[in-house]
Amino acid sequence: MSTDTERTISVVINGVPREATVPVRWLLSDALRHEFGLTGTHVGCEHGVCGSCTVLVDGQPTRSCLVLAVQVDGQQVTTVEGLARSDHQGGHVLHPIQEAFRECHALQCGFCTPGFLTTIAAGLDARDPAVEITDEEVDELVGGNLCRCTGYANIKKACRTAAAAMKDAAR
Amino acid sequence: MKPAPFGYADPTSVGEVLDVLTAEGDGAKVLAGGQSLLPLLSMRLAAPTTLVDINRVPGLDRIDCGPDGVRVGALVRHAGLLGSAEAAAVQPLLGRATANVAHPAIRNRGTTVGSIAHADPSGEMTAVLALTDGSVTVATPGGSSAVSWRDFFLGPLETSVQGPAVVVDAFFPALAERSGTAFAEISRRKGDYAVCGAAVVVTLDADRRVTAARAAYLSVGLVPEVHDLTDAVAGQPVDAADWAAAAELARGRVDPDGDLHASADYRRLLVGTLTERTLADAAREAASRMETA
Repeated sequence: MSTDTERTISVVINGVPREATVPVRWLLSDALRHEFGLTGTHVGCEHGVCGSCTVLVDGQPTRSCLVLAVQVDGQQVTTVEGLARSDHQGGHVLHPIQEAFRECHALQCGFCTPGFLTTIAAGLDARDPAVEITDEEVDELVGGNLCRCTGYANIKKACRTAAAAMKDAAR
Repeated sequence: MKPAPFGYADPTSVGEVLDVLTAEGDGAKVLAGGQSLLPLLSMRLAAPTTLVDINRVPGLDRIDCGPDGVRVGALVRHAGLLGSAEAAAVQPLLGRATANVAHPAIRNRGTTVGSIAHADPSGEMTAVLALTDGSVTVATPGGSSAVSWRDFFLGPLETSVQGPAVVVDAFFPALAERSGTAFAEISRRKGDYAVCGAAVVVTLDADRRVTAARAAYLSVGLVPEVHDLTDAVAGQPVDAADWAAAAELARGRVDPDGDLHASADYRRLLVGTLTERTLADAAREAASRMETA
C-alpha cells in the first residue's frame, strides 16, 4: 500500500456535498477555512486546548484542529454556519443557543463563539429537553472551551436560557 | 503550528497496517484518535515521515464484555467506553476514569487504547490498566501477543512496542467479588491534565473486613505505579478502617516530581488526601455491593 501526500476528499459540509484535493498534512480547520471558505470556524490555539475550532463530525463535537482533513473523507461536517435552519422562505431560524447567546450577551469579541455554539448546540440537541438542565450539565457543556472576555457567566446563562426554550418548544 | 510534511496511508486491515509500518520503517507512526498525536505534530515535537491511520480498519471499535473482564478495541473512543453500562458493570473504573478524560469533544475522538499506547503518566486509563492488572494485545508481523502493563510502560511517552507493531486492544480484568472502586483527580481546570489523581480498589472478606486496598496514581511517577496499602488497614472492619493510616502509607511510598503546576510536596499531600477519600468511597461501595449481591 502506497502513502500519499495529497488526497481528494468528499465531505458533506452543512448539508452540501463538497469535494477538494488537499495536502494530507492539512488539518480539518485548514480545509474548512482555506479550501471551503467557511471562516466561521476560528482557529485559536491550534492544539486542542481552546475549543474555538470545534465543529460537528457526524454530529459529534470534534476539534477541527485535531483531525486531518483527509480523515473526514466520506463524513458529515457541520460548522457554525450550519447551525441555523432554513425557514423555507429564504430566511434562517437560529438554533436556540444562538438566540440565547444574543439575548444573554454571551459574547464580546466573538472569537471563541463558534466553538461554544457548535459544542453547546450538539450537547443540547442530544439531551432530553423535557428534563431541567443542571449546573453540572452546563459546566460540562462549556468546560472544554476557553473565553477570555465574558467570564463565562453569560455563556452559562445562555445555556440555561436555550435549554428552557427547548423545553418549552418540546411541550 | 502546522504539522511538518508526512506521507499518509489509511489501510483497511491490521495486516495492511503492519505491511505499511514494515515498509515505512522507524519514521512511521500509528494514528488512532490523534488527540495527543496531532498536537505533538502541530507543535513540531514529533515529525514522523508517515502516518498510518487505523481509523478505517473494521472491527477495532468493539467493546467485548465477559465475566473475566472488558476488552476494548483500538478504535473505541473514550465517549464510547464512558457510555457503556455493560463495561461499567464488569469493571466500574472504566466509566469512572473516562468521565475524567479531558472534555466531551476530545472524548468523542480520542481512543482509550491510544491514550494507553501514548503512555502519558498523567493519563487516566494508564493508571486504570495498571490498577486492574490489565494487558494490551500487540500485533506484529510475526503474530499477536498479550503484554502485561508491567512490561508495557517503560517511561513517559515510552512503551516496549518496537518495530512494526500496533496495539489492537486493551484488556481490563473484571472487578473481584466483595470489592469496590473509586477514582478522583485534582486539576487546575475541569478536564485539564490532572495535577494528581488516584484510582483505588478495596476488597472485603465475608465479615466485611478489609482484605486488600490498592491504589494507582496519575501524574505522580514516570510510569503507572500500583501501591499495595493493605498493611495499614488489613482485617479492619469496613466501617471503622483507618483510611488515614493508608493515606500516610501512600504518602511515604510515592516519589512525585515538582513542575510548573505543582511542587513535589503538594503532589505528595494530594496523594494522601485523594487516597483517604477514595479508599473510603471504594470501601463503602464494596459494602453496598455485598448487601445487594
